[in-house]
Parts: sequence; C-alpha cells; structure tokens
Amino acid sequence: MGVDSFVNWLRDVAGSLHENAAYLTELDSAIGDADHGANMDRGFQAVVALLDETSFESADELLKKAGMTLVSKVGGASGPLYGTFFLRFGTALAGADLTPETIGKGLHAGVDGVLARGKAELGDKTMYDAWAPALTAYDDAVAGGADLGTALTAAAEAAAKGRDATTPLVARKGRASYLGERSAGHQDPGATSTTLILESAARTLA
Amino acid sequence: MKKLINDPADVVSEALRGMAAAHPDRLRVDLENRIVYRKDAPRPGKVGLISGGGSGHEPMHGGFVGVGMLDAACAGEVFTSPVPDQMMAATKAVDSGAGVLHIVKNYTGDVMNFEMAAELAAADAGTEVLSVVTNDDVAVQDSLYTAGRRGVGVTVLLEKIVGAAAEEGRPLQEVADLAKRVNDNGRSMGMALTSCTVPAAGKPTFDLAENEMEVGIGIHGEPGRQRLPLAPAREIAELLVDPVVSDLPYQQGDSVIAFVNGMGGTPLIELYVMYNEVAQLLDRAGITVARSLVGNYITSLEMAGCSVTLLKADDELVRLWDAPVNTPGLRWGA
Repeated sequence: MGVDSFVNWLRDVAGSLHENAAYLTELDSAIGDADHGANMDRGFQAVVALLDETSFESADELLKKAGMTLVSKVGGASGPLYGTFFLRFGTALAGADLTPETIGKGLHAGVDGVLARGKAELGDKTMYDAWAPALTAYDDAVAGGADLGTALTAAAEAAAKGRDATTPLVARKGRASYLGERSAGHQDPGATSTTLILESAARTLA
Repeated sequence: MKKLINDPADVVSEALRGMAAAHPDRLRVDLENRIVYRKDAPRPGKVGLISGGGSGHEPMHGGFVGVGMLDAACAGEVFTSPVPDQMMAATKAVDSGAGVLHIVKNYTGDVMNFEMAAELAAADAGTEVLSVVTNDDVAVQDSLYTAGRRGVGVTVLLEKIVGAAAEEGRPLQEVADLAKRVNDNGRSMGMALTSCTVPAAGKPTFDLAENEMEVGIGIHGEPGRQRLPLAPAREIAELLVDPVVSDLPYQQGDSVIAFVNGMGGTPLIELYVMYNEVAQLLDRAGITVARSLVGNYITSLEMAGCSVTLLKADDELVRLWDAPVNTPGLRWGA
C-alpha cells in the first residue's frame, strides 16, 4: 500500500461525512448546537480540494496537511480534535514502512493527541468512547496476525459499539455536558463521526 | 426556514461585508480571515484586546470592536468557534508590542482554538498573549463534572470594562488581572421561550410547545437544564435572579451593574418588563443597582428569551464602565 490508499480514504471520508451531514447535525441538535455535520462536511470538502490540487509523495505528508486543513477550516471542538488526530497520525508515520504495526502506532499517536487536546476520559460521552475500543480491537487483531483490512474492520466494529454505548451516558465534556442528565438518551455526534471515519478506513485502506 | 438570507453557506461572509459597508468610519474588516478590526489598530503602547466566537450572537463580538472596547473580533461560522489561523492573524495585527489579551468564553471549541492560536502567535512572532476565560453561567450545576460553566452575559460587561482599562494604557498583566476580577464577580442565568434555527441546519434546534419554556439555557440554541410551564414575567425574573444572587452570593448592601439581555427574538418592551421585575427583586434584597444595561447584546439568532447578569461593582469598575466607548453595538461618551 502507498499514499494512494490514504488519498482514497480521505476522499471516502469526505463522501461519507457529506452523506451523513444532516444526520450528524440532527444528533448534535439534541444535545449540542446543531453544527457538527455542517462543520465536518466543510472541513473534509477542503481536504478534497487539497487532494485535487496537490499530489503527495508520502502518507505522512498527506495526513499532516489534511490535519492542518481541518484545524483551519472546521472550527469548534471538532477542528482541533480531528486536526490533531491526523497531524499526529501523519507525524508518527514519517519514514516508516506502512505495515499494520506502524499504522497502529500512528492511530495511537493520533488518539493520544485527541486526548491531550480534549482531556476526555472513557465514558465522558465523546468521540473517545469510539476511539478507545477501536484501538483495543485493532491491537488485538494485529497481535493475532490479522492483516490491515481485518484489523481495521475489527476497529470499525468496535467503534460502532462504543458509539452505541454513548447513548445512555451523561455527558461530562463538550457542549453536551451543559445539559447534565438531559444529555442521556442521545447518541454522541463525535463518536458517530469517528465511527464513520473508521468504517471508511476499513473500506479503503486494506 | 424563514430568514433574510441568500445561501446558508454565505451568511457569515455576507454579514461581515454588510458590517464593513455600514461602519467604514469605525471598522476595518478582513473578509478573507473573517476578522473585524478597530480602524486605528494597532494603537502604539496599548494592550490589544481580542475576542471572538461563533457568529449568531450579534452584536457580540464584532459589534463591540472600537474605541474603548475590542481591537479585533474573530467571527466563526454560526455557533462554531473561529479557527486558530484567524485568531493568530488578529493577535499579530493588534500587537503594538504591549501584548494581547484573549477574551474567551468557556466552550470547549473556543478554549481549544484560542489556546492553539496563543501558542502559534508566541512561536511565530514572539507575541505575549494572556487569556481570560469567562464562565459566569450559574445554570451549569455540578461544574466539576462538566466542561465547566459557560461564558455568557458577563463577557459583554467584561469587554467594556477591560476595554476602558486597556485604553488608559495599563500593562498586560494588570489588564488580565482586571479581566479575571470582573469574571469572578459576575454571574448570569438565561431562559428561552422559543428555539432558534441555525441557517445550515434549516430547522429549529429544539421544539418547545406554546405553553413551555426552557430555563438555564446558554447562547447556542441548546436546550437548558429544565423545561417548565410558561409563567408570568414576575415568576421568570425570580427563576433567573434567585440563583444568580445566591451563587456569588450578592448580599445586602452590594452595588451591582445589572444587565437584562435579550436573546435576539424578544422585543424591548418585554425586556423592560423583565428589568422592572429584576430591579424590584434586587431592591427587596437590598442590592443597589449602580448601572444598568437592557437590550440585545449577546444573542442566539432569533431565539426569544432573556438572560440576567449581575456584576458586583466597586467604584473603579463603575468608573471604567462609564468611560467613553464607540462601537456599533455600544456607544456613549464618545
């Protein structure tokens, strides 16, 4: 695999977020401020514009530039969080052969960046509730000898379970936390977009 | 969705174009970076004051740019914080060497983006940046378990008072300390009679029946802490004033700046009805109103409803409040 797979991934993410923009905004209307779908769509459309006008030599350069584009275009909390994820993911891949192990390290570096920015913990009803189980499932699959596609599929499935598990939680971070108990009973929009991104990775990065 | 717009995607940029066209004497607008500047910024020797946040809260913050208040305001998308690039550009542009204060409302996205911008400006241009995060909303309970209290009405009072102090030529640390003191002495609580409609979403953020109201809302069209049956203004005033007064607490003999703010969709006649109730409640509690402000200053698009903010005021704060200000959203003495 090479940089083309990552180009395909980001294009696929952009398509998926565009299709789901209204759905993400609807989830955000219940417990936030009704902008998550529009923001993610705007950010990834800018990433697509970047892909259209620039060709990248390596996955790390591509991911870093995509991360900076998201920070510059998304705003809100999602911009710094997803921007940092792609920036750190790319940085971790610099100079490395692209294997399930190095990509795993890159995913961990990206999610560590999300945690450093967002300071969330498991169960806070945030995107981390999808990332954390996804990383565990990915690591377990790779340790068991799985190839990249199998490991990413396991990660996406675990993310979806993590996303579903956010529904009964009371939010402790982000805009939803201001609702207190009233945030329970609603699926977290951030965990939902994270799951879409990982499902797209499973489709395109294998 | 029934709004005076062309395309939902163009609302913010077209509004900024309108602002630039309407106030060429006072403002300079960087349309590409979506930054509203005081026309004569940077002012030599003056600490630069920057705020910003999602659009949809007009006149905050762009309308508070001008003499005696902000040097620049960064406009994000509707209800979405601006991005670090904007804040960094504004920070560098208003720094005259005296440093820059970021006035940030406590929302996860605003805090994160301003943090990144401050780091970038320091690394890139060596700009000295301090920040104050406003968090005056008493509706947010159990703040240990949330992202903390929201920054709401006190932000307006803070921008005015700290703006006057910066105009006097005070150094950055002193201006930042004053900002913190204003924030620490202010409390707010809001309520909504209707939802608003975010243009890009196209439908109301929440449904509220004709006989219901949301109490403890913020400024982003989000639901509040409680949904209650609609009540007369008298009872609503109590629902807002009581938690504000008991939180600091404001005590008998205290002097305050009292601020009744409209959320964008409530006519002034109703805000004055509310102010009448608030003033009576404060009088009964032995709290003196040193100064007052009534109107739509920190809004949530067309949401109907209001918020009450009290700021405990000593002579210095009152003097800075009275100092001349000349901005599109607030103007006196200049």
